[in-house]
Amino acid sequence: MALLEVDKISMFFGGLAALSNISYGVEKGEILALIGPNGAGKTTLFNVVNGFYKPSRGEVRFNGRRISGLKPHQICALGVARTFQVVKPLQRMSVLDNVIASAFLRAKTKAGAERRAMAILEFTGLTEDKDVLSKGLPLGKRKRLEIARALATEPELILLDESFAGLNPAELDVSIEIIKEIKKKGITIMIIEHHMKVIMSISDRIVVLNYGQKIAEGSPVEISANPLVVEAYLGEAEGA
Amino acid sequence: MKRFIPLIVLALLAVLPFLGLSSYVMHLFILVVMWSVSGMAWNLLGGYCGQVSFGHAAFFGLGAYCAGLVSFHLGLSPWWGFLVSVPFVAVTALIMGLIVLRLRGPYFVLATLALGEIMRITAENLTTLTQGNLGIMIQRTWVEKTAYYYIILALAALTFAAIKVLAESRWGYYFVAIREDQDAAESLGINTTLYKTIALAVSAVFTGFSGAFYMNYMGYIDPQVVFSLGDISILTIMVVMVGGVATYWGPIVGAVIMVLLAEVIRSLPYIGTAYQTLFGVLLIVIIIYLPNGLVGDREKLARLFGKKGAAA
Ligand SMILES: Nc1ncnc2c1ncn2[C@@H]1O[C@H](COP(=O)(O)OP(=O)(O)OP(=O)(O)O)[C@@H](O)[C@H]1O
Ligand SMILES: [Mg+2]
Repeated sequence: MALLEVDKISMFFGGLAALSNISYGVEKGEILALIGPNGAGKTTLFNVVNGFYKPSRGEVRFNGRRISGLKPHQICALGVARTFQVVKPLQRMSVLDNVIASAFLRAKTKAGAERRAMAILEFTGLTEDKDVLSKGLPLGKRKRLEIARALATEPELILLDESFAGLNPAELDVSIEIIKEIKKKGITIMIIEHHMKVIMSISDRIVVLNYGQKIAEGSPVEISANPLVVEAYLGEAEGA
Repeated sequence: MKRFIPLIVLALLAVLPFLGLSSYVMHLFILVVMWSVSGMAWNLLGGYCGQVSFGHAAFFGLGAYCAGLVSFHLGLSPWWGFLVSVPFVAVTALIMGLIVLRLRGPYFVLATLALGEIMRITAENLTTLTQGNLGIMIQRTWVEKTAYYYIILALAALTFAAIKVLAESRWGYYFVAIREDQDAAESLGINTTLYKTIALAVSAVFTGFSGAFYMNYMGYIDPQVVFSLGDISILTIMVVMVGGVATYWGPIVGAVIMVLLAEVIRSLPYIGTAYQTLFGVLLIVIIIYLPNGLVGDREKLARLFGKKGAAA
Protein backbone atom coordinates (compact mmCIF):
# COMPACT_ATOMS: atom_id res chain seq x y z
CA MET A 1 0.00 0.00 0.00
CA ALA A 2 1.32 3.40 -1.00
CA LEU A 3 1.60 6.14 1.62
CA LEU A 4 -0.72 8.37 -0.41
CA GLU A 5 -3.26 6.92 -2.80
CA VAL A 6 -4.99 9.17 -5.28
CA ASP A 7 -7.93 7.07 -6.42
CA LYS A 8 -9.96 8.02 -9.52
CA ILE A 9 -10.04 11.69 -8.60
CA SER A 10 -12.11 14.09 -10.69
CA MET A 11 -12.61 17.75 -9.97
CA PHE A 12 -15.04 19.92 -11.90
CA PHE A 13 -15.35 23.69 -11.78
CA GLY A 14 -18.66 24.32 -13.46
CA GLY A 15 -18.21 22.69 -16.83
CA LEU A 16 -14.42 22.60 -16.64
CA ALA A 17 -12.86 19.27 -15.74
CA ALA A 18 -9.71 20.44 -13.95
CA LEU A 19 -8.94 16.81 -13.06
CA SER A 20 -10.39 13.73 -14.75
CA ASN A 21 -10.13 10.32 -13.20
CA ILE A 22 -6.60 10.62 -11.82
CA SER A 23 -5.09 7.63 -10.03
CA TYR A 24 -1.58 7.06 -8.74
CA GLY A 25 0.26 6.36 -5.53
CA VAL A 26 3.13 8.02 -3.67
CA GLU A 27 5.42 5.49 -2.01
CA LYS A 28 6.92 6.05 1.39
CA GLY A 29 10.29 7.79 1.22
CA GLU A 30 10.25 8.73 -2.46
CA ILE A 31 10.26 12.03 -4.29
CA LEU A 32 7.40 12.06 -6.74
CA ALA A 33 7.26 14.93 -9.20
CA LEU A 34 4.03 16.18 -10.67
CA ILE A 35 4.62 17.93 -13.97
CA GLY A 36 2.55 19.31 -16.80
CA PRO A 37 1.91 22.52 -18.71
CA ASN A 38 0.26 25.57 -17.17
CA GLY A 39 -3.33 24.92 -16.22
CA ALA A 40 -2.86 21.14 -16.29
CA GLY A 41 -4.44 20.78 -12.85
CA LYS A 42 -1.38 20.27 -10.65
CA THR A 43 -2.21 22.85 -8.00
CA THR A 44 -5.83 21.72 -8.09
CA LEU A 45 -4.65 18.21 -7.24
CA PHE A 46 -2.69 19.57 -4.26
CA ASN A 47 -5.81 21.41 -3.13
CA VAL A 48 -7.75 18.17 -3.30
CA VAL A 49 -5.10 16.21 -1.40
CA ASN A 50 -4.72 18.85 1.31
CA GLY A 51 -8.46 19.28 1.76
CA PHE A 52 -9.12 22.74 0.33
CA TYR A 53 -11.30 21.16 -2.34
CA LYS A 54 -13.59 18.22 -1.91
CA PRO A 55 -13.16 16.11 -5.05
CA SER A 56 -16.19 15.79 -7.32
CA ARG A 57 -15.43 12.09 -7.65
CA GLY A 58 -12.97 9.59 -6.21
CA GLU A 59 -11.09 9.65 -2.96
CA VAL A 60 -7.67 10.23 -1.50
CA ARG A 61 -6.23 7.88 1.11
CA PHE A 62 -3.30 8.55 3.40
CA ASN A 63 -1.83 5.61 5.29
CA GLY A 64 -4.83 3.64 4.11
CA ARG A 65 -7.29 6.08 5.63
CA ARG A 66 -9.69 8.13 3.56
CA ILE A 67 -8.80 11.81 3.94
CA SER A 68 -10.91 13.47 1.25
CA GLY A 69 -13.74 15.20 3.03
CA LEU A 70 -11.61 16.16 6.02
CA LYS A 71 -10.69 19.79 6.68
CA PRO A 72 -7.17 20.98 5.75
CA HIS A 73 -6.16 21.36 9.41
CA GLN A 74 -7.19 17.78 10.10
CA ILE A 75 -5.23 16.51 7.11
CA CYS A 76 -2.22 18.50 8.27
CA ALA A 77 -2.54 17.00 11.73
CA LEU A 78 -2.51 13.53 10.15
CA GLY A 79 0.88 14.34 8.59
CA VAL A 80 0.38 16.04 5.22
CA ALA A 81 1.88 19.53 4.93
CA ARG A 82 2.00 21.79 1.90
CA THR A 83 3.51 24.94 0.50
CA PHE A 84 1.78 27.42 -1.77
CA GLN A 85 2.73 28.29 -5.32
CA VAL A 86 1.69 31.87 -4.63
CA VAL A 87 3.48 32.19 -1.29
CA LYS A 88 1.32 32.97 1.73
CA PRO A 89 3.63 34.16 4.49
CA LEU A 90 2.03 35.49 7.67
CA GLN A 91 3.19 38.94 6.63
CA ARG A 92 3.19 40.94 9.83
CA MET A 93 4.81 38.16 11.82
CA SER A 94 8.53 37.63 12.05
CA VAL A 95 10.06 34.71 10.21
CA LEU A 96 10.59 32.95 13.53
CA ASP A 97 6.99 33.54 14.64
CA ASN A 98 5.75 32.17 11.31
CA VAL A 99 7.51 28.92 12.02
CA ILE A 100 6.56 28.87 15.72
CA ALA A 101 2.88 29.17 14.74
CA SER A 102 3.26 25.93 12.77
CA ALA A 103 5.46 24.20 15.30
CA PHE A 104 2.71 24.56 17.91
CA LEU A 105 0.86 21.77 16.11
CA ARG A 106 3.17 19.19 17.69
CA ALA A 107 4.82 21.13 20.51
CA LYS A 108 3.28 21.13 23.96
CA THR A 109 4.85 24.35 25.19
CA LYS A 110 5.90 27.64 23.70
CA ALA A 111 9.52 26.93 24.57
CA GLY A 112 9.24 23.62 22.76
CA ALA A 113 7.71 25.27 19.70
CA GLU A 114 10.43 27.89 19.67
CA ARG A 115 13.21 25.32 19.94
CA ARG A 116 11.76 23.33 17.08
CA ALA A 117 11.32 26.47 14.99
CA MET A 118 14.92 27.54 15.56
CA ALA A 119 16.17 24.14 14.46
CA ILE A 120 14.10 24.34 11.28
CA LEU A 121 15.29 27.86 10.49
CA GLU A 122 18.83 26.56 10.80
CA PHE A 123 17.97 23.66 8.51
CA THR A 124 16.47 25.94 5.86
CA GLY A 125 19.18 28.60 6.18
CA LEU A 126 16.88 31.30 7.51
CA THR A 127 18.41 31.74 10.96
CA GLU A 128 19.83 35.18 10.29
CA ASP A 129 16.42 36.38 9.05
CA LYS A 130 14.52 35.15 12.08
CA ASP A 131 13.54 38.61 13.33
CA VAL A 132 12.62 40.03 9.93
CA LEU A 133 8.92 40.56 9.28
CA SER A 134 8.12 38.02 6.63
CA LYS A 135 6.60 40.61 4.30
CA GLY A 136 10.08 42.09 4.02
CA LEU A 137 11.70 38.88 2.76
CA PRO A 138 12.87 38.55 -0.84
CA LEU A 139 11.02 35.95 -2.92
CA GLY A 140 13.71 33.28 -2.71
CA LYS A 141 13.60 33.29 1.07
CA ARG A 142 9.82 33.43 1.15
CA LYS A 143 9.76 30.23 -0.84
CA ARG A 144 12.09 28.70 1.72
CA LEU A 145 9.93 30.01 4.55
CA GLU A 146 7.02 28.13 2.99
CA ILE A 147 9.09 24.95 3.24
CA ALA A 148 10.20 25.76 6.78
CA ARG A 149 6.64 26.28 7.96
CA ALA A 150 5.48 23.06 6.39
CA LEU A 151 8.36 21.16 7.99
CA ALA A 152 7.51 22.62 11.39
CA THR A 153 4.27 20.64 11.39
CA GLU A 154 6.44 17.48 11.27
CA PRO A 155 4.82 15.95 8.21
CA GLU A 156 5.15 12.44 6.91
CA LEU A 157 4.36 13.75 3.42
CA ILE A 158 5.18 17.22 2.18
CA LEU A 159 3.61 18.78 -0.91
CA LEU A 160 5.84 21.40 -2.55
CA ASP A 161 4.15 23.61 -5.15
CA GLU A 162 6.79 25.21 -7.38
CA SER A 163 9.23 25.91 -4.59
CA PHE A 164 11.90 26.66 -7.18
CA ALA A 165 10.04 29.09 -9.43
CA GLY A 166 11.68 32.50 -9.61
CA LEU A 167 14.89 31.50 -7.80
CA ASN A 168 18.30 32.61 -9.02
CA PRO A 169 20.89 29.86 -9.70
CA ALA A 170 22.53 30.18 -6.27
CA GLU A 171 19.19 29.99 -4.47
CA LEU A 172 18.24 27.07 -6.65
CA ASP A 173 21.25 25.07 -5.45
CA VAL A 174 20.44 25.85 -1.83
CA SER A 175 16.85 24.70 -2.28
CA ILE A 176 17.81 21.50 -4.09
CA GLU A 177 20.12 20.65 -1.19
CA ILE A 178 17.29 21.28 1.26
CA ILE A 179 14.94 18.98 -0.66
CA LYS A 180 17.56 16.23 -0.64
CA GLU A 181 18.05 16.69 3.10
CA ILE A 182 14.30 16.48 3.68
CA LYS A 183 14.27 13.18 1.85
CA LYS A 184 17.14 11.94 3.99
CA LYS A 185 15.04 12.63 7.07
CA GLY A 186 12.60 10.03 5.74
CA ILE A 187 9.93 12.52 4.72
CA THR A 188 8.05 11.64 1.54
CA ILE A 189 7.86 14.42 -1.02
CA MET A 190 5.43 15.23 -3.78
CA ILE A 191 6.70 18.18 -5.78
CA ILE A 192 5.27 20.30 -8.59
CA GLU A 193 7.99 21.78 -10.71
CA HIS A 194 8.52 23.29 -14.15
CA HIS A 195 12.30 23.29 -13.92
CA MET A 196 13.17 20.18 -15.96
CA LYS A 197 16.79 19.95 -14.86
CA VAL A 198 15.75 20.01 -11.22
CA ILE A 199 13.01 17.45 -11.76
CA MET A 200 15.21 15.02 -13.62
CA SER A 201 17.95 15.23 -11.01
CA ILE A 202 15.94 14.83 -7.81
CA SER A 203 12.80 12.82 -8.52
CA ASP A 204 12.41 9.08 -8.19
CA ARG A 205 9.22 8.99 -10.22
CA ILE A 206 7.22 11.42 -12.29
CA VAL A 207 3.49 11.77 -12.98
CA VAL A 208 2.55 13.92 -15.97
CA LEU A 209 -0.75 15.77 -16.20
CA ASN A 210 -2.16 17.49 -19.25
CA TYR A 211 -5.59 19.13 -19.41
CA GLY A 212 -6.57 17.39 -16.19
CA GLN A 213 -5.63 13.92 -17.45
CA LYS A 214 -2.76 11.72 -16.37
CA ILE A 215 -0.84 11.10 -19.58
CA ALA A 216 2.21 9.31 -18.20
CA GLU A 217 3.86 7.91 -15.10
CA GLY A 218 7.36 6.53 -14.70
CA SER A 219 11.01 7.08 -13.90
CA PRO A 220 12.73 10.23 -15.16
CA VAL A 221 14.39 8.24 -17.94
CA GLU A 222 11.08 6.73 -19.05
CA ILE A 223 9.32 10.06 -18.94
CA SER A 224 11.90 11.94 -20.97
CA ALA A 225 11.63 9.25 -23.63
CA ASN A 226 7.83 9.19 -23.70
CA PRO A 227 6.60 10.73 -26.98
CA LEU A 228 3.28 11.88 -25.45
CA VAL A 229 5.11 13.82 -22.79
CA VAL A 230 7.59 15.27 -25.21
CA GLU A 231 4.74 16.50 -27.32
CA ALA A 232 2.63 17.88 -24.50
CA TYR A 233 5.30 19.38 -22.39
CA LEU A 234 8.98 18.92 -23.03
CA GLY A 235 8.71 19.96 -26.64
CA GLU A 236 6.88 23.06 -25.63
CA ALA A 237 9.45 23.84 -22.95
CA GLU A 238 12.35 23.41 -25.33
CA GLY A 239 10.64 25.52 -27.90
CA ALA A 240 10.07 28.30 -25.40
CA MET B 1 12.02 47.32 33.47
CA LYS B 2 9.55 47.27 30.59
CA ARG B 3 7.78 44.37 32.26
CA PHE B 4 6.83 46.58 35.18
CA ILE B 5 5.23 49.39 33.19
CA PRO B 6 1.71 47.93 33.50
CA LEU B 7 2.15 47.64 37.27
CA ILE B 8 3.47 51.18 37.54
CA VAL B 9 0.57 52.54 35.53
CA LEU B 10 -1.84 50.56 37.66
CA ALA B 11 -0.29 51.88 40.86
CA LEU B 12 -0.49 55.47 39.62
CA LEU B 13 -4.12 55.02 38.65
CA ALA B 14 -4.84 53.44 42.03
CA VAL B 15 -3.77 56.54 43.97
CA LEU B 16 -5.87 58.83 41.79
CA PRO B 17 -8.90 58.97 44.13
CA PHE B 18 -6.66 60.34 46.87
CA LEU B 19 -5.92 63.47 44.87
CA GLY B 20 -9.26 65.03 45.72
CA LEU B 21 -10.38 65.27 42.11
CA SER B 22 -13.85 66.56 41.37
CA SER B 23 -16.68 64.15 40.85
CA TYR B 24 -16.79 65.13 37.17
CA VAL B 25 -13.12 64.34 36.63
CA MET B 26 -13.56 60.99 38.37
CA HIS B 27 -16.51 60.33 36.08
CA LEU B 28 -14.29 60.90 33.06
CA PHE B 29 -11.65 58.54 34.45
CA ILE B 30 -14.28 55.89 35.01
CA LEU B 31 -15.47 56.24 31.42
CA VAL B 32 -11.92 56.09 30.11
CA VAL B 33 -11.20 52.88 32.00
CA MET B 34 -14.53 51.36 30.98
CA TRP B 35 -13.85 52.12 27.32
CA SER B 36 -10.38 50.66 27.70
CA VAL B 37 -12.00 47.39 28.74
CA SER B 38 -14.35 47.44 25.74
CA GLY B 39 -11.47 48.34 23.45
CA MET B 40 -9.13 45.65 24.79
CA ALA B 41 -11.90 43.08 24.43
CA TRP B 42 -12.68 44.11 20.84
CA ASN B 43 -8.97 44.16 20.05
CA LEU B 44 -8.63 40.47 20.81
CA LEU B 45 -11.05 39.57 18.02
CA GLY B 46 -10.61 42.53 15.68
CA GLY B 47 -6.96 43.35 16.23
CA TYR B 48 -5.23 40.05 16.92
CA CYS B 49 -7.55 37.66 15.12
CA GLY B 50 -8.41 40.12 12.35
CA GLN B 51 -12.18 39.65 12.48
CA VAL B 52 -13.51 43.20 12.43
CA SER B 53 -16.83 43.25 14.26
CA PHE B 54 -19.30 46.10 13.91
CA GLY B 55 -21.66 44.41 16.31
CA HIS B 56 -19.99 44.43 19.70
CA ALA B 57 -22.86 46.49 21.09
CA ALA B 58 -24.70 43.16 21.10
CA PHE B 59 -22.43 41.92 23.89
CA PHE B 60 -22.13 45.25 25.68
CA GLY B 61 -25.91 45.60 25.73
CA LEU B 62 -26.45 42.02 26.76
CA GLY B 63 -24.05 42.43 29.68
CA ALA B 64 -25.82 45.62 30.68
CA TYR B 65 -29.24 43.98 30.50
CA CYS B 66 -28.05 40.97 32.50
CA ALA B 67 -27.08 43.33 35.31
CA GLY B 68 -30.24 45.40 34.94
CA LEU B 69 -32.67 42.51 34.77
CA VAL B 70 -31.34 40.48 37.70
CA SER B 71 -31.95 43.56 39.76
CA PHE B 72 -35.21 44.66 38.14
CA HIS B 73 -36.94 41.27 37.95
CA LEU B 74 -35.21 39.19 40.60
CA GLY B 75 -34.35 41.84 43.12
CA LEU B 76 -30.73 40.68 43.24
CA SER B 77 -27.79 43.02 43.43
CA PRO B 78 -27.00 44.25 39.90
CA TRP B 79 -23.40 43.22 40.52
CA TRP B 80 -24.52 39.63 39.98
CA GLY B 81 -24.89 40.74 36.39
CA PHE B 82 -21.18 40.09 35.85
CA LEU B 83 -21.60 36.41 36.65
CA VAL B 84 -24.95 36.01 34.96
CA SER B 85 -23.69 37.70 31.79
CA VAL B 86 -21.00 35.06 31.19
CA PRO B 87 -23.27 32.22 30.01
CA PHE B 88 -25.66 34.55 28.18
CA VAL B 89 -22.95 36.45 26.36
CA ALA B 90 -20.90 33.34 25.62
CA VAL B 91 -23.88 31.46 24.17
CA THR B 92 -24.90 34.47 22.10
CA ALA B 93 -21.33 34.72 20.82
CA LEU B 94 -21.30 31.05 19.90
CA ILE B 95 -24.56 31.35 17.98
CA MET B 96 -23.32 34.50 16.30
CA GLY B 97 -20.08 32.70 15.53
CA LEU B 98 -21.90 29.90 13.76
CA ILE B 99 -23.54 32.47 11.51
CA VAL B 100 -20.81 35.04 10.91
CA LEU B 101 -17.47 33.26 11.26
CA ARG B 102 -17.86 31.36 8.02
CA LEU B 103 -18.00 34.70 6.24
CA ARG B 104 -14.92 36.67 5.31
CA GLY B 105 -14.01 40.31 4.90
CA PRO B 106 -16.87 42.71 4.18
CA TYR B 107 -19.48 39.96 4.53
CA PHE B 108 -18.33 39.30 8.05
CA VAL B 109 -18.46 43.00 8.86
CA LEU B 110 -22.00 43.38 7.53
CA ALA B 111 -23.22 40.26 9.31
CA THR B 112 -21.91 41.46 12.68
CA LEU B 113 -23.46 44.86 12.07
CA ALA B 114 -26.81 43.24 11.34
CA LEU B 115 -26.62 41.04 14.44
CA GLY B 116 -25.93 44.03 16.64
CA GLU B 117 -29.00 45.74 15.24
CA ILE B 118 -31.08 42.60 15.68
CA MET B 119 -30.19 42.60 19.36
CA ARG B 120 -31.29 46.21 19.71
CA ILE B 121 -34.58 45.63 17.94
CA THR B 122 -35.20 42.52 20.01
CA ALA B 123 -34.59 44.41 23.23
CA GLU B 124 -36.93 47.16 22.05
CA ASN B 125 -39.72 44.69 21.37
CA LEU B 126 -39.36 42.17 24.19
CA THR B 127 -41.20 44.62 26.40
CA THR B 128 -42.32 42.10 29.04
CA LEU B 129 -38.69 41.38 29.78
CA THR B 130 -36.94 44.65 28.98
CA GLN B 131 -39.67 47.32 29.13
CA GLY B 132 -38.59 48.22 25.59
CA ASN B 133 -37.68 51.82 25.04
CA LEU B 134 -38.83 52.77 28.52
CA GLY B 135 -35.57 51.31 29.65
CA ILE B 136 -34.47 49.79 32.92
CA MET B 137 -33.79 51.90 35.97
CA ILE B 138 -32.09 50.44 39.03
CA GLN B 139 -30.97 51.65 42.41
CA ARG B 140 -27.26 52.46 42.24
CA THR B 141 -25.14 50.94 44.98
CA TRP B 142 -23.13 54.07 45.78
CA VAL B 143 -23.57 57.77 45.17
CA GLU B 144 -19.85 58.35 45.44
CA LYS B 145 -17.55 57.52 42.50
CA THR B 146 -14.54 55.95 44.24
CA ALA B 147 -15.86 52.40 44.57
CA TYR B 148 -16.97 52.35 40.92
CA TYR B 149 -13.58 53.57 39.90
CA TYR B 150 -11.76 50.78 41.74
CA ILE B 151 -14.11 48.14 40.38
CA ILE B 152 -13.64 49.16 36.77
CA LEU B 153 -9.90 49.58 37.33
CA ALA B 154 -9.71 46.03 38.68
CA LEU B 155 -11.69 44.78 35.67
CA ALA B 156 -9.35 46.64 33.31
CA ALA B 157 -6.28 45.17 35.01
CA LEU B 158 -7.77 41.70 34.71
CA THR B 159 -8.62 42.24 31.05
CA PHE B 160 -5.16 43.61 30.28
CA ALA B 161 -3.46 40.67 31.97
CA ALA B 162 -5.76 38.09 30.38
CA ILE B 163 -5.19 39.46 26.90
CA LYS B 164 -1.44 39.72 27.37
CA VAL B 165 -1.24 36.10 28.54
CA LEU B 166 -3.49 34.98 25.68
CA ALA B 167 -1.66 36.94 23.00
CA GLU B 168 1.68 35.42 23.95
CA SER B 169 0.37 31.87 24.10
CA ARG B 170 -0.41 29.29 21.46
CA TRP B 171 -3.84 30.88 21.03
CA GLY B 172 -2.29 34.27 20.35
CA TYR B 173 -0.09 32.83 17.62
CA TYR B 174 -3.09 31.12 16.10
CA PHE B 175 -5.20 34.29 16.24
CA VAL B 176 -2.55 36.33 14.44
CA ALA B 177 -1.92 33.55 11.93
CA ILE B 178 -5.64 33.54 11.10
CA ARG B 179 -5.58 37.31 10.70
CA GLU B 180 -2.59 37.22 8.37
CA ASP B 181 -3.76 34.39 6.13
CA GLN B 182 -6.65 32.13 6.92
CA ASP B 183 -5.86 29.58 4.20
CA ALA B 184 -2.23 29.33 5.24
CA ALA B 185 -3.26 28.97 8.88
CA GLU B 186 -5.74 26.24 8.06
CA SER B 187 -3.22 24.31 5.96
CA LEU B 188 -0.67 24.54 8.79
CA GLY B 189 -2.93 22.58 11.07
CA ILE B 190 -4.80 25.42 12.75
CA ASN B 191 -8.51 24.80 13.21
CA THR B 192 -9.45 28.29 12.07
CA THR B 193 -13.16 27.96 12.82
CA LEU B 194 -12.48 26.81 16.36
CA TYR B 195 -9.94 29.52 17.16
CA LYS B 196 -12.02 32.30 15.64
CA THR B 197 -14.89 31.11 17.80
CA ILE B 198 -12.67 31.18 20.88
CA ALA B 199 -11.50 34.70 20.08
CA LEU B 200 -15.08 35.83 19.55
CA ALA B 201 -16.32 34.26 22.78
CA VAL B 202 -13.53 35.67 24.96
CA SER B 203 -13.86 39.07 23.33
CA ALA B 204 -17.62 39.01 23.85
CA VAL B 205 -17.46 38.01 27.50
CA PHE B 206 -15.12 40.88 28.40
CA THR B 207 -17.28 43.29 26.41
CA GLY B 208 -20.26 42.00 28.39
CA PHE B 209 -18.42 42.81 31.64
CA SER B 210 -17.97 46.35 30.42
CA GLY B 211 -21.72 46.53 29.75
CA ALA B 212 -22.59 45.04 33.14
CA PHE B 213 -20.43 47.69 34.75
CA TYR B 214 -22.15 50.40 32.71
CA MET B 215 -25.56 49.38 34.08
CA ASN B 216 -24.28 49.37 37.63
CA TYR B 217 -22.58 52.70 37.24
CA MET B 218 -25.20 54.62 35.26
CA GLY B 219 -28.29 53.16 36.92
CA TYR B 220 -30.30 53.47 33.71
CA ILE B 221 -30.17 51.78 30.31
CA ASP B 222 -32.37 51.50 27.28
CA PRO B 223 -31.89 49.60 24.00
CA GLN B 224 -30.98 52.73 22.01
CA VAL B 225 -28.12 53.44 24.39
CA VAL B 226 -26.50 50.10 25.13
CA PHE B 227 -27.14 48.44 21.78
CA SER B 228 -26.22 51.57 19.84
CA LEU B 229 -24.38 51.06 16.57
CA GLY B 230 -22.77 54.49 16.66
CA ASP B 231 -22.24 55.08 20.37
CA ILE B 232 -21.14 51.56 21.28
CA SER B 233 -20.12 49.35 18.33
CA ILE B 234 -18.41 52.02 16.27
CA LEU B 235 -17.00 53.93 19.22
CA THR B 236 -15.39 50.69 20.42
CA ILE B 237 -13.74 50.26 17.03
CA MET B 238 -12.58 53.88 17.08
CA VAL B 239 -11.02 53.47 20.51
CA VAL B 240 -8.89 50.65 19.12
CA MET B 241 -8.16 52.20 15.72
CA VAL B 242 -7.10 55.54 17.19
CA GLY B 243 -4.99 53.93 19.89
CA GLY B 244 -3.48 51.12 17.89
CA VAL B 245 -4.80 47.82 16.59
CA ALA B 246 -3.23 44.67 18.02
CA THR B 247 -1.18 46.52 20.62
CA TYR B 248 -1.49 46.17 24.39
CA TRP B 249 -1.69 49.88 25.09
CA GLY B 250 -3.60 51.02 22.03
CA PRO B 251 -7.11 50.57 23.43
CA ILE B 252 -6.13 52.44 26.59
CA VAL B 253 -4.60 55.38 24.74
CA GLY B 254 -7.56 55.33 22.37
CA ALA B 255 -10.04 55.38 25.25
CA VAL B 256 -8.36 58.43 26.79
CA ILE B 257 -8.52 60.29 23.52
CA MET B 258 -12.03 59.32 22.52
CA VAL B 259 -13.58 60.04 25.91
CA LEU B 260 -11.90 63.42 26.20
CA LEU B 261 -12.65 64.28 22.60
CA ALA B 262 -16.29 63.35 23.03
CA GLU B 263 -16.52 65.57 26.10
CA VAL B 264 -14.83 68.51 24.41
CA ILE B 265 -16.70 68.29 21.14
CA ARG B 266 -20.08 67.77 22.74
CA SER B 267 -19.63 70.85 24.88
CA LEU B 268 -18.88 73.07 21.89
CA PRO B 269 -21.65 75.40 20.77
CA TYR B 270 -23.36 74.69 17.40
CA ILE B 271 -21.13 71.82 16.26
CA GLY B 272 -21.52 69.82 19.47
CA THR B 273 -24.41 67.79 18.13
CA ALA B 274 -22.34 66.82 15.10
CA TYR B 275 -19.77 64.94 17.19
CA GLN B 276 -20.34 61.70 15.33
CA THR B 277 -19.55 63.43 12.05
CA LEU B 278 -16.35 64.77 13.55
CA PHE B 279 -15.48 61.29 14.85
CA GLY B 280 -15.97 60.00 11.34
CA VAL B 281 -13.58 62.58 9.96
CA LEU B 282 -11.06 61.74 12.67
CA LEU B 283 -11.30 58.06 11.82
CA ILE B 284 -10.57 58.78 8.16
CA VAL B 285 -7.56 60.90 9.06
CA ILE B 286 -6.24 58.17 11.36
CA ILE B 287 -6.72 55.43 8.79
CA ILE B 288 -4.86 57.45 6.16
CA TYR B 289 -2.00 58.85 8.21
CA LEU B 290 -1.64 56.53 11.22
CA PRO B 291 -3.10 53.21 10.10
CA ASN B 292 -1.55 51.49 13.11
CA GLY B 293 -2.91 54.05 15.57
CA LEU B 294 -1.06 56.30 17.98
CA VAL B 295 0.66 53.40 19.71
CA GLY B 296 1.37 51.34 16.60
CA ASP B 297 2.75 54.31 14.69
CA ARG B 298 4.52 56.00 17.59
CA GLU B 299 7.86 56.02 15.78
CA LYS B 300 6.25 57.77 12.85
CA LEU B 301 4.70 60.26 15.28
CA ALA B 302 8.02 60.86 16.99
CA ARG B 303 9.58 61.64 13.62
CA LEU B 304 6.77 64.05 12.77
CA PHE B 305 7.21 65.92 16.01
CA GLY B 306 10.81 66.80 15.51
CA LYS B 307 12.73 64.12 17.34
CA LYS B 308 14.62 63.84 14.07
CA GLY B 309 18.01 64.74 15.47
CA ALA B 310 17.77 62.39 18.40
CA ALA B 311 16.40 59.51 16.39
CA ALA B 312 18.92 59.68 13.55
N1 LIG C 1 -11.17 27.58 -7.81
C1 LIG C 1 -11.23 27.42 -9.16
N2 LIG C 1 -12.36 27.76 -9.83
C2 LIG C 1 -12.45 27.62 -11.17
N3 LIG C 1 -11.46 27.14 -11.93
C3 LIG C 1 -10.31 26.78 -11.32
C4 LIG C 1 -10.14 26.91 -9.92
N4 LIG C 1 -8.89 26.48 -9.58
C5 LIG C 1 -8.31 26.12 -10.74
N5 LIG C 1 -9.15 26.29 -11.78
C6 LIG C 1 -8.88 25.96 -13.19
O1 LIG C 1 -8.42 24.64 -13.23
C7 LIG C 1 -7.39 24.48 -14.18
C8 LIG C 1 -6.16 23.90 -13.52
O2 LIG C 1 -5.56 24.91 -12.72
P1 LIG C 1 -4.31 24.63 -11.76
O3 LIG C 1 -4.04 25.84 -10.99
O4 LIG C 1 -4.52 23.36 -11.04
O5 LIG C 1 -3.15 24.44 -12.84
P2 LIG C 1 -1.62 24.16 -12.62
O6 LIG C 1 -1.31 22.87 -13.27
O7 LIG C 1 -1.24 24.30 -11.20
O8 LIG C 1 -0.97 25.32 -13.48
P3 LIG C 1 0.34 26.24 -13.22
O9 LIG C 1 1.50 25.46 -13.75
O10 LIG C 1 0.07 27.44 -14.04
O11 LIG C 1 0.42 26.51 -11.78
C9 LIG C 1 -7.16 25.83 -14.80
O12 LIG C 1 -7.89 25.90 -16.01
C10 LIG C 1 -7.74 26.78 -13.78
O13 LIG C 1 -8.21 27.95 -14.40
MG1 LIG D 1 -0.10 25.57 -10.09
